[in-house]
Amino acid sequence: MTEGDGMATVELLFSALPEHVRTARLVAAAVARRAGVDEAVLDELRLAVGEACSRAVGLHISHGVAAPVRVVLIEDEKKFSIEVGDDAPRPAPVSAASGAAHRPGSAQDEGGDGEDDMGLAVISGLVDDVEVTADETGGLIRMSWPTTPGAAVS
Amino acid sequence: MDLSLSTETVGDRTVVRVGGEIDVYTAPKLREQLVELVNDGSYHLVVDMEGVDFLDSTGLGVLVGGLKRVRAHEGSLRLVCNQERILKIFRITGLTKVFPIHTSVDDAVQATD
Repeated sequence: MTEGDGMATVELLFSALPEHVRTARLVAAAVARRAGVDEAVLDELRLAVGEACSRAVGLHISHGVAAPVRVVLIEDEKKFSIEVGDDAPRPAPVSAASGAAHRPGSAQDEGGDGEDDMGLAVISGLVDDVEVTADETGGLIRMSWPTTPGAAVS
Repeated sequence: MDLSLSTETVGDRTVVRVGGEIDVYTAPKLREQLVELVNDGSYHLVVDMEGVDFLDSTGLGVLVGGLKRVRAHEGSLRLVCNQERILKIFRITGLTKVFPIHTSVDDAVQATD
């Protein structure tokens, strides 16, 4: 238990460069471990946050967005959440909470937008609790994992 | 950790040993290597992933791209991987149906369709 009733958060901002995605993975995994996320799912968490950040970096680069990519790590009482936000505008609101519609086949267009779809497919396959939203101001991927009470490392 | 790449010719196969992390930053290096091999006439590739610590969808995209290239020359691209956390990524994306995945380089080198 943490003192007070505010949620513990760690926020990370990084320039939309591929080399920083690894840093985001490492930070997310370190904070998740501390929050009490099961060791067995840390690999999946690391992969999922990497996919979300890679996608955000790609969107910022392709849209010429100068702003940094945002990663917010939220330690709640019973769950650990990660939000990855981008500032790349979408023409129309999109909701893809169910990633089942994303088939990896489209990723065969090497290097194109297909890789975004494959990234989402991987996230959907790895994370049970995931929400993907986007509008004209940008997109947000929210993922969460249960934490084991008392397992948090202080 | 960066990506390490080395190649070795075994019979008519070219073995590409990959080590480290394949992600959005390092995947272009793997792509370059595969493109170069195909351009140089190596159409039967074995990608040894046993030294890979991390693989994301960008890396999967590069492997699929490599497969497309070798298939254009009636070639093959086989993977060597025994790591459960890496195999899982191929499974959840359905790519276990696309790539022949072997447990050893010897096995992959000797395999025929």
